[in-house]
Amino acid sequence: MNDRRVRRELMGIYAVWWREFKVFQREKSRIVSSIVQPLMWLFLFGSGVGASVSVSHVNYQDYIYPGILAMLVLFGSVYFGLYIVWDRKLDVLKAILVAPVSRLSVFMGKVLGGCTDVTMQIIILFLFTFLFPSVNPWGIPQALLLLFITSIALVSMGLALGSLFESLEGFQLISSFLIFPLFFLSGALFPVDEKLPFWLRGLVGLNPLTYAVDGVRGALLNIHIFPFYVDFIVVTFFAVVMFLVGSVLFSRMK
Amino acid sequence: MSIITTKGLTKTYGKIEAVRSLDLNIEKGEIFGLLGPNGAGKTTTIGMLCTIVRPTSGSASIAGCDVIKEPAQVRRKVGIVFQDPTLDTVLSGRENLELHARLYGIPKAIREQRITEMLELVDLRQRSDDLTRTYSGGMRRRLELARGLLHRPSVIFLDEPTLGLDPQTRARIWEYIKKMAQVEQTTVVLTTHYMEEAEQVCDRVGIIDHGRIIELDSPDALKESMGGDTVIIKVREPRLEEIRSLPYISKVIVIDGLIEIMMRNANQHLPDLLSHIQNVESVEIRIPTLSDVFIKLTGRDIREDAPEDSGGWVDSVVRYRQRGS
Repeated sequence: MNDRRVRRELMGIYAVWWREFKVFQREKSRIVSSIVQPLMWLFLFGSGVGASVSVSHVNYQDYIYPGILAMLVLFGSVYFGLYIVWDRKLDVLKAILVAPVSRLSVFMGKVLGGCTDVTMQIIILFLFTFLFPSVNPWGIPQALLLLFITSIALVSMGLALGSLFESLEGFQLISSFLIFPLFFLSGALFPVDEKLPFWLRGLVGLNPLTYAVDGVRGALLNIHIFPFYVDFIVVTFFAVVMFLVGSVLFSRMK
Repeated sequence: MSIITTKGLTKTYGKIEAVRSLDLNIEKGEIFGLLGPNGAGKTTTIGMLCTIVRPTSGSASIAGCDVIKEPAQVRRKVGIVFQDPTLDTVLSGRENLELHARLYGIPKAIREQRITEMLELVDLRQRSDDLTRTYSGGMRRRLELARGLLHRPSVIFLDEPTLGLDPQTRARIWEYIKKMAQVEQTTVVLTTHYMEEAEQVCDRVGIIDHGRIIELDSPDALKESMGGDTVIIKVREPRLEEIRSLPYISKVIVIDGLIEIMMRNANQHLPDLLSHIQNVESVEIRIPTLSDVFIKLTGRDIREDAPEDSGGWVDSVVRYRQRGS
């Protein structure tokens, strides 16, 4: 009996994930635009600034490559999660939520779906690695692992926020007051060292995304502030907390 | 045997009593209609029976499972077609059913066959691999019906299944509902405010107003309670005594040379009635409808309460299209 229930729930998780994966496959234009944006950061912004700046003896473009990967994870994951506001508005979620599958399973399916979505985009971005001479391709698996865990945290966060909002009006607020600060304060675009003003360094240190960027940069460029295990622990802790918060809020959602 | 039983089922939202102490027994295999204007408590009642809405007090059970204590079992035993469309328009018709089959734990071995079976039942097999965003309103509804029945529920709830569809499509949807109830041997509980449609489909109807069931019976019995049918005949030399003696006649009045005859089942007995009357100049039959019953019971027309027709439905389709593009 118990065994059967577990199998049912697993099938439910798979069902929700499968749906998200189908959507990912169909919405090609969305994937293209989500890849084009980071490429613009790398080649238009990166080359522009890189013309006069280099950091830690590497080209600026190479330096921000890990940061832009983290940015893709940040935007992709949070927006993915926030999309449930739409799904609820259109009642698409309703049919899933009345099925004999627990809310936790639906939440897990959604989180996995979002992570898959984002990971595929990251893999596409990794295909451009050869354009960044300082990047060590052997560090990719380690970077991918850390980005995947980051994605769990951020999809959960998006879903948590999405279950709190009834309308899309919150979108702009979340963009301005959460996503962009998280991005700018993560050290994605600049080195976090003693040259930074004190207050900025403090904020950067509090941002969990800083550790994701640091870990990925360590893996790919061997430039880092913390040892990898510290980054790994912080990011994993962040993911666990967000997952718990998200699952509670999602279960309470009307 | 009752498949749905409710005792004192009540739901209040703040001070508003959406459903007041509902006692209901729905028999296995019947098509039961909950009729009433918007805001009468139909959707809330269905919500409680499907475990989406938690009752404030009272109890309800479906196929022996308690709605409050055993929600998971209840969910497996019921199918639902919501008032607003809930199809995933990014998926094809078949994929929508596959998603549902997995969510309801239908084993892989029988999944494909069952899906094909249901697609055939609603005549959507040809279009099953097209994305549902290309479907018409009627096709979407049919697919939702198929989805609701996919896991062989004991009861299927249909909340305003024909809302927002044109009259022709509505008629077809009702045919599918009747067919499905028959083929699948499922108990059907539906809500609608299209009275004339309900009386053709439902075995019994409950008229609900302000959260309370005010009358519950078969459509025929309800109409009978209106005093039966009225036949108005213009005739030169009426033989009233002979007419009055017929067993199905309840009352005969003469007004301005017209004979007004109250009778049971005019459709059936009219030929016999006319055989007793010579030289008929004209005949008019008035058969009461459920709408008349509703007006009599509540003192107002069900339509006066401005049903939220089409608007919401179309809006959400349009909005979804915008997302897709």
